[in-house]
Amino acid sequence: MSDHAVEVSMIVNGERLRQRVDPRRTLVDFLREDLALTGSHVGCEHGVCGACTVRVNGEIVRGCLMLAVQCDGAEVETIEGLSDSGEVADLQSAFEQRNALQCGFCTPGMITAAQDLLKRSARVPSRDAIRNHLSGNYCRCTGYHAIVDAVEAVAQQRASGRK
Amino acid sequence: MKIAEDSPPVLTALDRPNSYLGRSVPRPNLNRLTQGRGQYVSDVVLPRMSHVAFVRSPHAHARIVTIVTEKARQSPGVIAVVTGAELAKVMTPWVGVLTHLKGLKSAPQAPIAIERACWQGEAVCAVVARTRAEAEDACELVEIAYEELLAVTDPEAALDANTPVIHASLGDNLCFERKLDVGSVDSAFGESEAVVEATFRFGRHTGVTNEPRAIVADWNEGEQRMTVYQGTQAPHMMQNLFAKHLGLAEHQVRVLTKDVGGSFGIKVHTYADEMATVALSKLLKRPVKFVADRIESFVTDIHARDHRIKAKIGVSKDGTITAFEIDDLTGIGPYSVYPRTSGIEANQIVNLVGGPYKCPNYRAQARVVFQNKNVMCQYRAVGHPIAVAVTEGLVELAAAKIGMDPLELRRRNLIPDDAYPTQSAAGLKFELLSHHEALAHLDSMMNYAGLRAEQKKLREQGVYRGIGFASFIEVTNPSAAFYGVGGARITSMDGATVKLDAQGGIIVHTGVTEQGQGAEAVVAQCVASSFGVPIDRVRVITGDTDNTPYGGGTWASRAAGIGGEAAWQAGKALRENVLAVAGAMLQAKPEELDIRKGIVVDKASGTERLPLEELARVAYFRPDTLPPGFQAELMATRHYVPRAWPFAFTNGIQASYLEVDVETGFVKLLKHWCVEDCGTIINPQLVDEQIRGGVVQGIGAALFEHCIYDERGQLLNGNMADYLVPMAAEMPDIECGHVVSPTADSELGAKGAGEAGTAGAPGSVMNAINDALRPLGAAPLTDMPFTPDKILRALGKV
Repeated sequence: MSDHAVEVSMIVNGERLRQRVDPRRTLVDFLREDLALTGSHVGCEHGVCGACTVRVNGEIVRGCLMLAVQCDGAEVETIEGLSDSGEVADLQSAFEQRNALQCGFCTPGMITAAQDLLKRSARVPSRDAIRNHLSGNYCRCTGYHAIVDAVEAVAQQRASGRK
Repeated sequence: MKIAEDSPPVLTALDRPNSYLGRSVPRPNLNRLTQGRGQYVSDVVLPRMSHVAFVRSPHAHARIVTIVTEKARQSPGVIAVVTGAELAKVMTPWVGVLTHLKGLKSAPQAPIAIERACWQGEAVCAVVARTRAEAEDACELVEIAYEELLAVTDPEAALDANTPVIHASLGDNLCFERKLDVGSVDSAFGESEAVVEATFRFGRHTGVTNEPRAIVADWNEGEQRMTVYQGTQAPHMMQNLFAKHLGLAEHQVRVLTKDVGGSFGIKVHTYADEMATVALSKLLKRPVKFVADRIESFVTDIHARDHRIKAKIGVSKDGTITAFEIDDLTGIGPYSVYPRTSGIEANQIVNLVGGPYKCPNYRAQARVVFQNKNVMCQYRAVGHPIAVAVTEGLVELAAAKIGMDPLELRRRNLIPDDAYPTQSAAGLKFELLSHHEALAHLDSMMNYAGLRAEQKKLREQGVYRGIGFASFIEVTNPSAAFYGVGGARITSMDGATVKLDAQGGIIVHTGVTEQGQGAEAVVAQCVASSFGVPIDRVRVITGDTDNTPYGGGTWASRAAGIGGEAAWQAGKALRENVLAVAGAMLQAKPEELDIRKGIVVDKASGTERLPLEELARVAYFRPDTLPPGFQAELMATRHYVPRAWPFAFTNGIQASYLEVDVETGFVKLLKHWCVEDCGTIINPQLVDEQIRGGVVQGIGAALFEHCIYDERGQLLNGNMADYLVPMAAEMPDIECGHVVSPTADSELGAKGAGEAGTAGAPGSVMNAINDALRPLGAAPLTDMPFTPDKILRALGKV
């Protein structure tokens, strides 16, 4: 840690923490290396691939385009937190049943982005709308078809559960 | 042969009670990946672990005059600054040649460049520090003086007399050359009704695995052992290479491969920076970690597909293809990649062109040349996308020229389904393929006639849609003919060890590796079926050279066909062993017993006799109660290697339906179909997902992906913002269909399916674009990727 380290406070997956961090540390490096939350992945370090997608104050962000110091006072949620709370359990189950992941490297970001879409509206999105919403998350393995199927299936399940 | 249903009935020879073959069983252990609890190499942290960052050559070709490291050494956190000359004392160089590719030559390559850098991005100096950030900080302080040398970048000029020779010791810039002349090509062209010529170009592109290459090397000076955590497809191959070049015995090296964030052939090669990381750990006697960042990935992950092919086809009036001819030129960077070489791609193209057709006349020339760009080597579907695009591009251009429907022309030329066994003009041996049945299935699946009618109607409204096809063959299940005969220590064999645990559960160790394709599921299905337990009682362990049987790993679509067969046989062998124990316990004849759903039963009646839990309890804890002299053997190993055929060829056909915006040049993909025949389908869902993922990778090549170099050898778009990859919004839904022609070489009859999608997609998209633009009189597009500017140029709009 350099002489320039500053203290930040945040709530990560419901746990309150206070920690010194280099101002140049990205959020995803902070999560992975300082907090050992390795479910958020580093793919492009450029804001393109979406493997580092996490939630800050309820909005999805790129963990590689945000600095940890910018999260001072914020509430941060990662795939570990979303898993433990059960919030995305149906998406996870659908991804597994539909084989909507192969290597799994994009999956935490993909599920976080999909949950963002499904939370926004109670209506079942079209396949095109699902594709558009996930178009910032790169998957090299699946060709996306299975991911769209899985998200669509969960959207329908949730909609019918609400009726 | 038969068309497979969505859940195909299990084949009779394999039809065991509670069989999992042919069922879409979800992969075990997916939960850890969906929950973000996988363990990729980039996640690995060890005590005393250090991080290496590399100073990389900014020049495509340069003499390294001086390297001054004093300032870097004093930077906070720095442990060591190491040059190529210093690392050469720890690790020997390598040369990427195979003896069966006659004449193939290359120069010795070191883990870090010594005296000369030969491509932009080659590592010139290593900095090891406590953190990656500190290592990168210190890289900025390494002072290197270069004398820039003339860079050889254009393959067309690489062999000219006045072009500098990159490696003086080799005499010229020719890495490998192959010529083939079969039948009577000249007279066949002379007697043709029409001859079509075209030059096809393929943009150099790369794998862009979502997780970059990653390695953690841990030399334990006390144990004299090297443990390497590596995202690789071939742990045993890497074990051999690390040992060989560090001067160790193989048993001193352990390679561990857990979760891998995508491979696609990128992670099956020797990379100088990974070799350097291993050597640095030996030198520094502590763990060293290297994870490529995205820019490093673009300038060092192998590139592929950079080919220029002049090609020619002849057809007679009735649509019979009379001859094929190709002239391939490819630039592969400054070194042939070790140990699989950079000659295989061109060699495959020569082998595969014309492969689906019965045409007996074929001439080919391929030249592979050195240049000062990043290296090229084998990437998913090696050579196939090029050979298929050239062949199928020619077929559709010929069909257009003689005014014949492109599917009809194929029907008249594809090798008949009853002609097997047979071989192609290039000499490829085919056991059993199903081109015609696949074509007929595709025709009905896509409603071809209906689409043509829609296309015609829309054209009248100024909407330009195109339909394009690509028939293909795919090399799978390679025998020793691929690498072993050429002297490379890359085994074509694979093994599985199956063990009954003390509670009646099954542990399988397999030599194939999981890259996300579902090898663990396939192995579990095979063992659960042949042994006779519910699949949730099977645990599969992969990726550990200390513990798994020796095996080739995952490449060339071999994991299911070869690793699956070994697992199937091992499960059978353990069943016999366990039934011997059951026979002893029940005083019954073992051959009259069976294991079903984890219970020993009477084979004839199905009556339950003994749960496996009880059998395991007795065998492990009360062996004293078994008959004198009887020894229970509750672990069995079997290996399998294809012997009857050099490769298990598969076949299939793809179709692309798309719309070209003739004002903007943008292509909108509407739908894609693929019918393929990978023999016995062990897991229909996994096969379909291999096809879909492969298709999209091929679409990337057709429309987006291109490593753009300038004439000085500088990569201009080495990041994911400028190098475009397929994203969800632009991709179509993809429909898959199957024909099933099992190989008789194995009991399972499974062939590979990993590369069919990538093999056929670029050609079918190219043909669809040309089909869309044909009524507008556009010159055929044959220069991938087909970006909007090229399409507008073909239309004469820019």
